[in-house]
Amino acid sequence: MSTTIVISIIMTILIAATPILLASLGELVVEKSGVLNLGVEGMMLCGAVCGFGATVATGSLLAGFLAAMAAGVATAMIFAFLTLTLSANQVATGLALTIFGVGVSSLIGKPFVGRTVGRLEPLLPAALSDHPVLRVVFGYDILVYGAIALTAATAWFLTSTRPGLILRAVGESDSSAHAIGYPVIAIRAAAVAFGGAMAGLAGAYFSLALTPMWADRLTAGRGWIALALVVFASWKPGRLLLGAWLFGAVATFELQAKAMGATWLAPEFLAMLPYLATVVVLTLISMRRAGAEGSAPACLGKPFATA
Amino acid sequence: MAAPPEAPPLLELAGIGKSFPGVRANDAISFAVAPEEIHALIGENGAGKSTLVKIIYGVQQADEGVIRWRGAPVAIPSPKAARKLGVGMVFQHFSLFEPMTVIENIALGFDHAIDRRELERKVAQILSAYAIPLDPRRTVHTLSVGERQRIEIVRCLLQNPKLLIMDEPTSVLTPQEADRLFDTLRQLAREGCSILYISHKLGEIKALCDRATILRGGKVVGSCDPKQESTRRMAEMMIGAELKTVARAARAGGGQERIAVAHLSHPAPGHFGVALKDISLSVRAGEIFGIAGVAGNGQTELLLALSGETRSAPDMITLDGRAIGAFGPGRRRRLGLCAVPEERNGHAAAPDFTLAENTVLTARQRLGLVEHGFIATAKTRDYAARIIERFAVKAHGVSALARSLSGGNLQKFIMGREILQTPDALIVSQPTWGVDAGAAAAIHQALVDLAARGSAIVIISQDLDELLTLCDRLAVINEGKLSAPLAISGVSIEQIGLLMGGVHGEAAQRREERAHAPA
Repeated sequence: MSTTIVISIIMTILIAATPILLASLGELVVEKSGVLNLGVEGMMLCGAVCGFGATVATGSLLAGFLAAMAAGVATAMIFAFLTLTLSANQVATGLALTIFGVGVSSLIGKPFVGRTVGRLEPLLPAALSDHPVLRVVFGYDILVYGAIALTAATAWFLTSTRPGLILRAVGESDSSAHAIGYPVIAIRAAAVAFGGAMAGLAGAYFSLALTPMWADRLTAGRGWIALALVVFASWKPGRLLLGAWLFGAVATFELQAKAMGATWLAPEFLAMLPYLATVVVLTLISMRRAGAEGSAPACLGKPFATA
Repeated sequence: MAAPPEAPPLLELAGIGKSFPGVRANDAISFAVAPEEIHALIGENGAGKSTLVKIIYGVQQADEGVIRWRGAPVAIPSPKAARKLGVGMVFQHFSLFEPMTVIENIALGFDHAIDRRELERKVAQILSAYAIPLDPRRTVHTLSVGERQRIEIVRCLLQNPKLLIMDEPTSVLTPQEADRLFDTLRQLAREGCSILYISHKLGEIKALCDRATILRGGKVVGSCDPKQESTRRMAEMMIGAELKTVARAARAGGGQERIAVAHLSHPAPGHFGVALKDISLSVRAGEIFGIAGVAGNGQTELLLALSGETRSAPDMITLDGRAIGAFGPGRRRRLGLCAVPEERNGHAAAPDFTLAENTVLTARQRLGLVEHGFIATAKTRDYAARIIERFAVKAHGVSALARSLSGGNLQKFIMGREILQTPDALIVSQPTWGVDAGAAAAIHQALVDLAARGSAIVIISQDLDELLTLCDRLAVINEGKLSAPLAISGVSIEQIGLLMGGVHGEAAQRREERAHAPA
């Protein structure tokens, strides 16, 4: 009995962590290139609704996820055009992008409210994925594994490949990179596009895997948590994984406490927990100043203009 | 300019012109660099040197004119194209990435992927061939400026350049580091690489260069053989007028002590900061005290401690006998101590304020520019106009934004803003950084005049010539420690250089400690 509960808690944590991990991986790459895109939540919502719509229209989950990524990229490109081409303020544009995403997703999603689709199934055959104990390892859908693999891939890309080195260089000193002859704007645009694709995918994980349905503001602020997580992880992919699991655990605690009918704490407070944890973690990190500042890309959030 | 007769020029510029909104940066510039030649490009700030080399290196495009490479016209649309031709460039402001290692920084200088082990082998080869001391595994932010410059040089050498452009390479080096650099450059020239050397330090151009082209106001105004020409004559060609020498009245040495710093220590302010360790100095009325040192050895931190931006125990700093260590900048200014930080835009001046508004920032207390809580606009405009006139600041009136001024002009304005307040004590960092020779002489004269009126002045500078001209005594700051003061009359450049820690290894360190010991 208790093993079953532990296993199901672990599984819930890993699953709840997956969309946060996907979105924050994307944002990590964006921030490493020196761009601060606060529009993660908006891109996630656009991905969630477009993915859902595409799956409703075609019946294919693959089509849904691809459409979600495309939608994320498209939204991100609006951001890229405004901030990179026109040198608009990144913070203001990112906030506007989120508001835009909330509105557009609500508009597109109007006809889908209340509809459901078949959810993303576990990757491996039932013999493994439904096994009472082994399912803790084998019982997940492809994106749970994919997100973990992508974490490793991102870490490898940033530290050990030449494009990764160039990306970091652009984030550390855009003027130096430009002086050497790297196309700063193009590299940043590519990073922003990647961030959009990952946010779109994360959004679709909500609408096609977690709760296979559409509702307004389905992602419920998880985009903000993904943003906080990047800082929490000091821009290191490995720590991103730990952080995502931590937030997954807090979110799971909230669900479990509700399910067990905990009355000692008002449900509103339970719902607050993940966000409260975000605030606490960000505060703690910023108190440890040297650590956080030392690892932030030096050009983060600063517009680059060719002089 | 005609090419040297014996060889076809490696690089030839013909009628190069470039305009920016409101400025003609380059106008019909023609000259040629011969193979194996060390060619100097000299001129004041704003003469168009930087623009011209950016055009040669493909960072910017000329509006008109032709570039010929070994006699054939070429287009250089990007730095990549320049490197392909065989042009390498070491920038005045290095294009380095602080949190990355030396080898990563070098890899970023390549246009194509390169095997790490192969790269390490090549770098080791270059380092030993040119006897360049540099550890490829170190992180850049732990390196001295001289070491950083070597990264840039190694980056260039790996491309086997035919022409190496050096933009103001010695402005940040100790004399010993500069000598080491010259050895490397001479060796390169012998091996067939031409060098285009940009500087306004005429002494080193005389020592190093075969030919010099002189720019003024975006035009070529002459060329000469620097080994034959006197530095004075070259300086006059550069500024287009006769050079004024700073007139310095003999000063009575025994003025009263005005600024005293006693055992000032302060922890490093941040990740890349330097801790101040037990600093003591004393400056008398009418005295100019110099603080020499390589950038990043605590100069910034010392200036902040003296200006009041970082505070210390009250009696660590005294002004006319009064303990002011715990006071902030505003209060110190009221008491008569003004300061000019090194960074002009954003620290000494607010870039988006007008010049008149910028006077309020530091002159409000002493000149009463704020009355009953309101800014006395007319007074601020008058004061700004006075500074502009007295220091010949080139600006579109007192309502010009600080950011619209060139670096040198803003520097003149900021220096003027403090000097015209006739403070009892003045702390300045890099008073003539990026200021042309004519204006530098004017600033120097103003400082000397201020001292003659009985003010105590501390000058923190990396320009040794400047300190040797102006100061009565100087001390050297190295890793947050200040050496014992040296009287200018009895000091040699070598001695100061050693104190700066420019020579690597233990010897310099020991010598420095010995210099401290008798104090």
